[in-house]
Amino acid sequence: MQRFLQLPGAVVRPGGRGAGAADQEAASPVLAPEGGPPPWYQALQPEELRWLQAPEEDTIPEASLEGPGPEPGQSQSQPLRHDDLKEMLDTNKDSLKLEAMKRIVAMIARGKNASDLFPAVVKNVACKNIEVKKLVYVYLVRYAEEQQDLALLSISTFQRGLKDPNQLIRASALRVLSSIRVPIIVPIMMLAIKEAASDMSPYVRKTAAHAIPKLYSLDSDQKDQLIEVIEKLLADKTTLVAGSVVMAFEEVCPERIDLIHKNYRKLCNLLIDVEEWGQVVIISMLTRYARTQFLSPTQNESLLEENPEKAFYGSEEDEAKGPGSEEATTAALPARKPYVMDPDHRLLLRNTKPLLQSRSAAVVMAVAQLYFHLAPKAEVGVIAKALVRLLRSHSEVQYVVLQNVATMSIKRRGMFEPYLKSFYIRSTDPTQIKILKTYIRSMDKDFVAATIQAIGRCATNIGRVRDTCLNGLVQLLSNRDELVVAESVVVIKKLLQMQPAQHGEIIKHLAKLTDNIQVPMARASILWLIGEYCEHVPKIAPDVLRKMAKSFTAEEDIVKLQVINLAAKLYLTNSKQTKLLTQYVLSLAKYDQNYDIRDRARFTRQLIVPSEQGGALSRHAKKLFLAPKPAPVLESSFKDRDHFQLGSLSHLLNAKATGYQELPDWPEEAPDPSVRNVEVPEWTKCSNREKRKEKEKPFYSDSEGESGPTESADSDPESESASDSKSSSESGSGESSSESDSEDQEEEKGKSSESEQSEEESGKRKMKKRKKVAEGQGEGSSSDEGSDSSSSSSESERTSDTEEEQVEPDSWRKKTPPSSKSAPVAKEISLLDLEDFTPPSVQPVSPPTIVSTSLATDLEGLTLTDSPLVPSLLSPVSGVGRQELLHRVAGEGLAVDYTFSRQPFSGDPHMVSVHIHFSNSSETPIKGLHVGTPKLPPGISIQEFPEIESLAPGESATAVMGINFCDSTQVANFQLCTQTRQFYVSIQPPVGELMAPVFMSENEFKKEQGKLTGMSEITEKLTLPDTCRSDHIVVQKVTTVANLGRVPCGTSDEYRFAGRTLTSGSLVLLTLDARPTGAAQLTVNSEKMVIGTMLVKDVVQALTQ
Amino acid sequence: MIHSLFLINSSGDIFLEKHWKSVVSRSVCDYFFEAQERATEAENVPPVIPTPHHYLLSVYRHKIFFVAVIQTEVPPLFVIEFLHRVVDTFQDYFGVCSEPVIKDNVVVVYEVLEEMLDNGFPLATESNILKELIKPPTILRTVVNTITGSTNVGDQLPTGQLSVVPWRRTGVKYTNNEAYFDVIEEIDAIIDKSGSTITAEIQGVIDACVKLTGMPDLTLSFMNPRLLDDVSFHPCVRFKRWESERILSFIPPDGNFRLLSYHVSAQNLVAIPVYVKHNISFRDSSSLGRFEITVGPKQTMGKTIEGVIVTSQMPKGVLNMSLTPSQGTHTFDPVTKMLSWDVGKINPQKLPSLKGTMSLQAGASKPDENPTINLHFKIQQLAISGVPRSLHSKTF
Repeated sequence: MQRFLQLPGAVVRPGGRGAGAADQEAASPVLAPEGGPPPWYQALQPEELRWLQAPEEDTIPEASLEGPGPEPGQSQSQPLRHDDLKEMLDTNKDSLKLEAMKRIVAMIARGKNASDLFPAVVKNVACKNIEVKKLVYVYLVRYAEEQQDLALLSISTFQRGLKDPNQLIRASALRVLSSIRVPIIVPIMMLAIKEAASDMSPYVRKTAAHAIPKLYSLDSDQKDQLIEVIEKLLADKTTLVAGSVVMAFEEVCPERIDLIHKNYRKLCNLLIDVEEWGQVVIISMLTRYARTQFLSPTQNESLLEENPEKAFYGSEEDEAKGPGSEEATTAALPARKPYVMDPDHRLLLRNTKPLLQSRSAAVVMAVAQLYFHLAPKAEVGVIAKALVRLLRSHSEVQYVVLQNVATMSIKRRGMFEPYLKSFYIRSTDPTQIKILKTYIRSMDKDFVAATIQAIGRCATNIGRVRDTCLNGLVQLLSNRDELVVAESVVVIKKLLQMQPAQHGEIIKHLAKLTDNIQVPMARASILWLIGEYCEHVPKIAPDVLRKMAKSFTAEEDIVKLQVINLAAKLYLTNSKQTKLLTQYVLSLAKYDQNYDIRDRARFTRQLIVPSEQGGALSRHAKKLFLAPKPAPVLESSFKDRDHFQLGSLSHLLNAKATGYQELPDWPEEAPDPSVRNVEVPEWTKCSNREKRKEKEKPFYSDSEGESGPTESADSDPESESASDSKSSSESGSGESSSESDSEDQEEEKGKSSESEQSEEESGKRKMKKRKKVAEGQGEGSSSDEGSDSSSSSSESERTSDTEEEQVEPDSWRKKTPPSSKSAPVAKEISLLDLEDFTPPSVQPVSPPTIVSTSLATDLEGLTLTDSPLVPSLLSPVSGVGRQELLHRVAGEGLAVDYTFSRQPFSGDPHMVSVHIHFSNSSETPIKGLHVGTPKLPPGISIQEFPEIESLAPGESATAVMGINFCDSTQVANFQLCTQTRQFYVSIQPPVGELMAPVFMSENEFKKEQGKLTGMSEITEKLTLPDTCRSDHIVVQKVTTVANLGRVPCGTSDEYRFAGRTLTSGSLVLLTLDARPTGAAQLTVNSEKMVIGTMLVKDVVQALTQ
Repeated sequence: MIHSLFLINSSGDIFLEKHWKSVVSRSVCDYFFEAQERATEAENVPPVIPTPHHYLLSVYRHKIFFVAVIQTEVPPLFVIEFLHRVVDTFQDYFGVCSEPVIKDNVVVVYEVLEEMLDNGFPLATESNILKELIKPPTILRTVVNTITGSTNVGDQLPTGQLSVVPWRRTGVKYTNNEAYFDVIEEIDAIIDKSGSTITAEIQGVIDACVKLTGMPDLTLSFMNPRLLDDVSFHPCVRFKRWESERILSFIPPDGNFRLLSYHVSAQNLVAIPVYVKHNISFRDSSSLGRFEITVGPKQTMGKTIEGVIVTSQMPKGVLNMSLTPSQGTHTFDPVTKMLSWDVGKINPQKLPSLKGTMSLQAGASKPDENPTINLHFKIQQLAISGVPRSLHSKTF
């Protein structure tokens, strides 16, 4: 107390009183709370409230003493106001506290020092009122650095917050804790970050990622530990975390590129769903990564392409230089095998491309630089359009983009040619003459001059338009404005220098103009030109000289010099006609006022006019004067920037900025691509929780963590289709398994034989979810695992073929207990092969209607878990089992079966995907299996499966084909051809396969049902046999017959299912009202009455059997 | 990343500063002021200014400079884009983004900025989420707050940040579910003296105002999607679906947002719906020139042309103009030589015209430039490009 009393007197600075106190306090940490035990700040127990009270007691007297304090010289207002602020903060009324905090924050915002209020503010950190709390946080983060010891008082509040059950509170506690830049708490922060990094909420993990660079900047000794955390977070599969952790990676350990290997593919695939800011960071990191890991895609092309181009732009020095060096390298490796792009490299390019359409300029630029640095020449073009679009944005954006465009257009000429028009006026680089002419008529002279210069550059850079430019410029010469003319002449001079031969005409024209043009620079240029090319215009040149000689005395210096030059040159080439003239000019010059001219005249005379002494020199005079001059290179100022990564600050400033990471050169040899392969165990080992999180990656599933199961509002259609199509266009979706499944499989061997078949058969190898049915209580967890497995698998899908090869056998072994199936391993191998055939052109975009199905029985299980639904969860069975297409006898050893896999067909959403299994039981291999000319009823169409080249004896293979049945049960006839034979086969779909499940809530169901009454409603009464009374059996039977999704339902005896027909997308709603007695009523509502009727028949049959 | 942010008004006062890392002294802005002095106009201040220890990236909007201070390498567009986003957010919050408004709401501004960046890295930039965190001030709320002492800060925890649809709030409810889409198209065209079009390009945006309950999933298809040459989307739009089917499929944010902007290239040349007849002549001998402009509609499909404004930069030699418009008002500024004529609506029966004489500087030779005429106009309910949406279905 005593000390506080003395303070005001000791401090002289006005308003600095508090700061002074702070300094003192900072010097001795023990001092702050009176009588506190020295290591008080380590008191991490929740008793800290006691300490929070302590300063409060201190500050009250402090506040009251301060007002009347003995500071007559100081302005009273400042301390006084702080006084009442302190009082307000000390009251119990939240509104007063809030008011005070608002005023304090306003002070901070205006840059006023409010640090002397620290003790009064900091004790409100535990305030209940959220806004007060937030403002206190703002204050704390701003001043904690200055008042470290007092700041420590608040730490325990945050520590408590870190344990809060609410993820948002945990996150915000971590955020503020890590923002307090007080070195003493580094260990606490480290601990908190580590804990948060394995938090179950992705939001908290994101915050942890944010905290990493903060801690690093506070104490770089923690680097190693932080890298561990980063490594862990990099493995995270949520989009929320990805951007932040890569940012942390870039700040803490950008050199540890090895950490990326394992996550590379994941990052590529997640990219599109990451928020914009994260995208920018990830893309630039991946650019660097790719530069170190992949071979340059341009090295071979450069040989082919650069040469003609070089000839075309012969005069371009930089052009010649760039490819030259590249060529050297390629020439050195002539024997190199043709470049094949690494699939991962391709993956990156493919996944970033759609981002060119982002609304964020930063993302577009990031993708553009990625393409510029990484893509093969032929593909770079795609970015041009997007960049041109950016030019319509804010002026600041334009500025940056243009800088980059300039660099690009130097490196990759022609890239922007189609877009030249968009650049006129805006860019100085490529420009089109016609439009420019419009501008030249405008007012702004400076602008005109710049434009003409631009034309010049344009002409030099783009040979094609050079003539147009010249003509345009010559026309400009007749302009009455001198400045324009002058500028034009200068540019023409430069242009002509590059190809003088063809332009005698222009020179003549210029010569005529000398009479009119007054601007000395232009006159000088013309004279120089005439002199230089006097052999092209032998008649005019002397005439011009004569005129000039006449007006010599009146000319400007610069012109006079050129006249002398011209005279000298003419004398040398054509001395007969011009000897006298030259001598006249020289003697005029001799008496000029300007000594430069006098010097020049003397020098010239000595040089050209043969005399006794100068003989030796004069012989060389001709050489001196008429030496061919190299054409000037008109280049823009952007030439030397290309060594910086585009889009970076350093590039913009053309100087290395702090923290700039050099873009590494392409490696000579590709580093081992297998580092990016992800080991199988990694997926299975991952904790369930983490895997579950992964599921959220695709956007649009909003149930998360604590938020509970909002009946999975929309099991996102896109997510799957997106991840699906992303995952791989060439491979379907590989499916690996997880332990849980393999266990289950064993329990269900009996059942599984059927579903398993279809599994293998399905090229996609999607995991069939085991039927919930069996599981009663355990449903929650198992559905969880279910989604885990599929999520993990969807992850592994992304891995490339090489990896698949190692994954597949493994997982299969696990999945299929040896006894359960005769399906030979050979089959899987052929499966893999088959995938390779699948043309990548087929865009595997699954239509939302199919994917967004909800899941039959799994729903009850979901009420306690939040795992979003996975399509694979949703088709519990593959409908009717295997059906025969071609008997082995009829097929001469080739047996063909088919199943309806109930998976969306990747090529066309309207198609039913049919898995066809071939097995060769003959002695000889069957070759060239393909579909021959189908004879189809109108409306039905077939997407054929890719040809199977050969099927060895005893082997079997599976192919997927899509058939659009047009919502009818018509038969699809087609031929199955081998090299030698043709078999006529036909597939008739059961009505239940013509639809795909949709997810809807009970209310929606009722609403839709209400719309489909009358004609569209078909009702049938039936009696359920005893065997068929339990929930799951009913559900199972219905879903076996028809590919429908279950709709949650309030009453226990009612079952509802919903689906849409594939082709027309009309709803099919099925309700089964079962009484306990066994009587039941089946209702089907559908626009398609035929389908409805048939469906009722099928379902009744299935249920009553 | 972004270290600090300074808001500077056009007279050079720093009226707001915010630091996300340790404090950067505001003296760093001196470099900015220097650059500002060198640039004659506010628009000409370079967006990136290097200083010995920091880099200043600035954006000039609404007569305020938003100057971000950064220390390390960062893509400049990243920062610039962010600054623009800040301005947009303020505009969204306060209706206008001007110095007095920011000063009045300094606390809200500060809170918003605090949420937008964490340690210099953008955290929550979606205005939907921000509004959930910090409620925008309205008159009503201000009154209520002063009386009851309640606050602007949302007392509910923002769940939006957690969702994988970060742009949409959860639990949105409306009694009237409605969605509006505005298609706004701009044509930029240059027409030469004889009336032929040199370039024309169409720049269009679709702004949406969606007020729908729950988590609606909308699809929007276009009559002629091939016309769209170059599009950029709000992040809610599913890229894949667009690429494969040319259908916009999205879960919209709540409220107003820009769904997409597109560009229709000059290849599909468009008919400009307006024409200008001009007759401007200077005579060598006299100090008087004749001036006559008529504006008329052309292929407007029966729609009226509104908000027509003609501006023209006259040559320096023109001292004054005495003109009589047949409708609307006109002004001529003798200092900048800018003629502007606010025409209003065009009545096709009676074409608006502006006639009169120009007085030229005596003795000077006639100006050799032809003045350019800029014409701004608006047409409601007409989409020049013919792309507008044809179908709008929604599913829940």
